[in-house]
Amino acid sequence: MDSARSDSFMALKILVAGGFGVGKTTLVGSVSEIRPLNTEERLTEAGRPVDRLDGVQQKTTTTVAMDFGRITIHDDLALYLFGTPGQNRFWFLWDELAQGALGAVVLADTRRLADSFAAIDYFEHRSIPFVVAVNCFDGVRAHRAQEVARALDLDPATPVLLCDARERASCKEVLIGLVEHAASAYEARMPANSASPSAG
Amino acid sequence: MTDSTPHWYDDEAGPMVRLYAMTAGRARPSSAAFELMAVVQAEPLPDEDPTLSPEQHAIYRLCDERPRPVAEVASDSGLPLGVVRVLLSDLLAEGLIRVNRPVPPAQLPDAHILREVIDGLRAL
Repeated sequence: MDSARSDSFMALKILVAGGFGVGKTTLVGSVSEIRPLNTEERLTEAGRPVDRLDGVQQKTTTTVAMDFGRITIHDDLALYLFGTPGQNRFWFLWDELAQGALGAVVLADTRRLADSFAAIDYFEHRSIPFVVAVNCFDGVRAHRAQEVARALDLDPATPVLLCDARERASCKEVLIGLVEHAASAYEARMPANSASPSAG
Repeated sequence: MTDSTPHWYDDEAGPMVRLYAMTAGRARPSSAAFELMAVVQAEPLPDEDPTLSPEQHAIYRLCDERPRPVAEVASDSGLPLGVVRVLLSDLLAEGLIRVNRPVPPAQLPDAHILREVIDGLRAL
């Protein structure tokens, strides 16, 4: 009944990364209808010491649950949020997640800034536009965005936003900040296209 | 399902059908088209109903309701991504669905679309 319409359906992907327990699930849940997404993945070397396989030598896969949320912009356009697994042993999942992503939110906790280094490195090396969102636990705003940017040694163009992952309005601002940053990052990369008016 | 016998298991027990049974033992899809964000949608059913497993049927119904990316089919069906990819490739082989590959990243960020996203987020 809607085949004419649906070929134009566009799904955009945004990643939500950050250390374990920093509030990724809370953020995805605040701003979208959140559901789990289960993936069966092959066990890696890193997983072996953790998952005891004694007696089950045939087990070569493990189930990883990710946070997954949808934000409907309109009938033909939706945003999908993927909460990336925080533990190092799930790094192998990231490459598929990052493929074609519009951008990423790196959620950070000022008490454990080092936990966000890995995600920041990952997106910097792959030139994926990202913003750092400092989750202000219990209203703690002792750290200014500038100080966080300095502590994380960020590229000056990378926005640092303060947020409360429990607040929908706050999370919306983070996503808007990311899409704006992504838009300017992509525009800078394609100088030839940026000058021409949109065909649509 | 309507009998009064109390169930001795619940969701915590996990799937009561082994995943490999749902895919007839196959671990990989026959098609590589099913990236996370590839959008799948149903084709009209042929006059003669094809024989589908309950899981294939559930996935077909989701794709028929509205187009959605592979990741969302997995999330909505409650089946692991790997299983969903195998079942989707069955449906594709039967001509029951079609797949639109995601737009390559280099072409993706059309300023016009990003503006729509920002406006849409503001209006949430």
